[in-house]
Amino acid sequence: MRYLPHTDQDRADMLRAIGAASIDELFRDVPDGKLLKSPPDLPGHRSEFEVGRQMRALAGKNRAAGEGPFFLGAGAYHHHVPASVDHIIQRSEFLTSYTPYQPEISQGTLQTLFEFQTQICELTGMEVANASMYDGSTATAEAVLMACRVTRRDKAILSGGLHPQYREVVETLASMEDDESLSLPPDPAGTEDILSRIDDETACVVVQSPSFYGHLIDLAPLAERCREKGALLVAVFTEVVSLGLIEPPGAEGADIVVGEGQSLGNALNFGGPYVGLFATKQKYIRQMPGRLCGETRDRDGKRGFVLTLNTREQHIRRDKATSNICTNSGLCALAFTAHMTLLGAKGLSALARANHARACRLADRLAKVAGVELLNEAFFNEFTVRLPGNAAEIVERLAAEGIVAGLPVSRLEPQKDLDDLLVVCATETASEEDIEAFGAALERAVA
Amino acid sequence: MSGDLLHPIAAMKPKRETFTGNHALAIEEPLLFEIGRADISGVDVEEPEDFAPRLGGHERKAALDLPALSEPEAMRHYVRLSQKNYAIDMGIYPLGSCTMKHNPRLNEQMARLPGFADIHPLQPVSTVQGALELIHECGRYLITLTGMASVAMSPKAGAHGELCGMMAIKAALKARGEDRRVVLVPESAHGTNPATAALLGFKVVTVRAGPDGTVSAEAVREVANAHEGEVAAIMLTNPNTCGLFEPQICEIADVVHAAGGYFYCDGANLNAILAKVRPGDLGVDAMHINLHKTFSTPHGGGGPGAGPTVLSEALAPYAPLPLIASTEEGYRLVETEGAAEAEAPFGRMTAFHGQMGMFVRAFAWMLSHGADGMQKVAEDAVLNANYVRAGLADLMSLPFPDHPSMHEVLFDDDFLEGTGISTLDFAKAMIDEGFHPMTVYFPLVVSGAMLIEPTESESRASLDLFVAALRDLIFAARRGESERFENAPRFAPRRRLDETSAARKPVLRWERPEPEEQAEAAE
Repeated sequence: MRYLPHTDQDRADMLRAIGAASIDELFRDVPDGKLLKSPPDLPGHRSEFEVGRQMRALAGKNRAAGEGPFFLGAGAYHHHVPASVDHIIQRSEFLTSYTPYQPEISQGTLQTLFEFQTQICELTGMEVANASMYDGSTATAEAVLMACRVTRRDKAILSGGLHPQYREVVETLASMEDDESLSLPPDPAGTEDILSRIDDETACVVVQSPSFYGHLIDLAPLAERCREKGALLVAVFTEVVSLGLIEPPGAEGADIVVGEGQSLGNALNFGGPYVGLFATKQKYIRQMPGRLCGETRDRDGKRGFVLTLNTREQHIRRDKATSNICTNSGLCALAFTAHMTLLGAKGLSALARANHARACRLADRLAKVAGVELLNEAFFNEFTVRLPGNAAEIVERLAAEGIVAGLPVSRLEPQKDLDDLLVVCATETASEEDIEAFGAALERAVA
Repeated sequence: MSGDLLHPIAAMKPKRETFTGNHALAIEEPLLFEIGRADISGVDVEEPEDFAPRLGGHERKAALDLPALSEPEAMRHYVRLSQKNYAIDMGIYPLGSCTMKHNPRLNEQMARLPGFADIHPLQPVSTVQGALELIHECGRYLITLTGMASVAMSPKAGAHGELCGMMAIKAALKARGEDRRVVLVPESAHGTNPATAALLGFKVVTVRAGPDGTVSAEAVREVANAHEGEVAAIMLTNPNTCGLFEPQICEIADVVHAAGGYFYCDGANLNAILAKVRPGDLGVDAMHINLHKTFSTPHGGGGPGAGPTVLSEALAPYAPLPLIASTEEGYRLVETEGAAEAEAPFGRMTAFHGQMGMFVRAFAWMLSHGADGMQKVAEDAVLNANYVRAGLADLMSLPFPDHPSMHEVLFDDDFLEGTGISTLDFAKAMIDEGFHPMTVYFPLVVSGAMLIEPTESESRASLDLFVAALRDLIFAARRGESERFENAPRFAPRRRLDETSAARKPVLRWERPEPEEQAEAAE
């Protein structure tokens, strides 16, 4: 077996050194009859070539985003990632190291985390950011728990513009924690009234902008009402590239900003691994979940970095911890920060403009299709259209033509009379030809 | 003069033996914000032709302060930083309870196939049949290896898998119409266990381990009886965090079941018993599996991981969304509660379907090893830990000598008594010898714990060198060569770091210096 260095002779010699007659003597604490006599009923070992062939066969049954016109977003985005990013994250020293518990020999990971935290603060307009969460949805749930701790209240109001699966993750955790969550109905028009629902018992309001349906939400009035009522505003985003062009939630008064960072540095990966972003105000740092990297000095006075404020965390505080999170998304955060470093403000702004321009172009093209109605006045790279027919069926028809047309809302929100709604997205990867192909195919499909 | 205002440590001028501060291949690297520039970019993005933006007045007002590096500068920045990290590809990484094993590169290559990496979680199901098949097959392997009824694939890491298992238990209790609140947790448990239980509103009651480092069924019975009718579950790690197989595990399962509770097993140490013992045969109801430990997906400096959670018949109906079913027409994906048929999912742990990138790597690892290779993995892991134990037992102190170690061996700090050297000093001295230290001060049940997990990836020669180096350090400690320990590490990219001041006055982000500070720094 190519991954195991011992020969049978090594094994025999080592057993002799240990003083054991057989390997199973070392398993003698296993209760009688529970030690398997033979390996489980699975195939035997295979060569690298054979495994590669089997895996490629599976991969070949999937339609990759780059294979043709692709207009699906809804929480995961198809962007170009520079080749150098993948090289950086495949450096053995980053790829095959553990959580930096021994800082003297982990400065590489620690310094990149410090840089990552700084970039997240700047992007979101917040004062502190942690070293990553699993993904945007779990970061949102952690934000709600944190808001409940800070306010000592237990009611969360979830906007109808929040990604439906994010909402479900929050609802699941809230129900298990015996917290309350009030989920507003889906808001494809972007017109819901949250303001009047914020009261003295509200722990937090969770609002996504751009919303699941693509609307850009005015956060400032919500932040103001939250402040009056002693609640926190949790601002969520799923498309981090939008922050290159639109006002950051921190500038509008959000108390906690969480989001999905997949768009930068990370492939679609069928939903994971991704990287959850989590930022808040300085005054709440001791209530934050997750790891934090901080600056310090070594014995020679040289600058260095360490994991800090560990007393919030499970390995120290156990049942009093702010979260149970341990392993997070270190390498995905590195991919994010490397991509962000290559872009810089200049590149990110240009990338955001390119996305917005493609989406505007797509909106114009789809609006020309008879019977198609655009629901958004303002949007970033994603918007919702009402189709003259069942969106799921139309998406299937276009898929058969090699076009991934977007997300039929009914897939995530069944039985809510939203069957004619389609959420579509255009990133910088959508060419003029792709957009025309989509428009023309849609015309045929609804004719 | 302004130096007086600085923190005493900051005012100390680092000793500089070269003009640059570099030492040949050891190159100092500034923060990206100190070398990056606002007016360049390492990515060429085509500026769109004139178009009318539709941002509805939401345009960013303040300029972004995010400096960039060109591609060659970025490569140097990150490569230099990478060289300040220890890694499994450089040497033994014996962190107990972390299972730092070799990460095969085939798996990296497979995870980057466009058919896996470049597919969207919400594509039409007809266009991702291969992905669903892979998840389903990966799950079937995990079920077969553990002897359990079903698996929830979506949890994102070990602690998330614990949460999943405990949520399934909570849902099952609710379905029984019972509101049980007590969770039994041995004192040697990972910190995530009590944190998870507390997160779900359970009351954590500690079970004491016996003098031999294992938990007795009698101790569990006593605590369970004291909380009659309230016991929701026990959270037990097996092999436990002292590296021992719990000999009374089946009796403990019986006691908990008789008390009306469920058995959550922390699967962090599965590597010791992979394809040797099936947790399902031991009475386990739920167990998370760290794909980033046992199944070798790379740890990446702190993730990403994956924590699929296997469930018994009793808990299987409550598995969270999504569910993947194999039907005659192909693989079906159940994403909403309404679409579930026989099942009663307790909800959803995460958006989408879990850590696909990790499933691909773990599945390739399982295919490569096969059933026979996986059994060898557990055997070699246990062999290696016991070989290290045999090589050090005469000089170091074993708190629990009566049981064989499984995949990791636990020592305490008795052997350092009278030397003035602490477990931490000893660990830092190992860094100077070119090793990553073992896990220290965990588990909490022994004084100055040192938990060594070599994994199956280490050759005999690697273990021999490791043991010889530790023996040399122990003799140095006995001879009173304390400077080798107290000043360690001497040769690492950094000496010991001041963690106390880092926590007292946290600096968690870089701030652009005020203009006058900049002028000062230039002097």
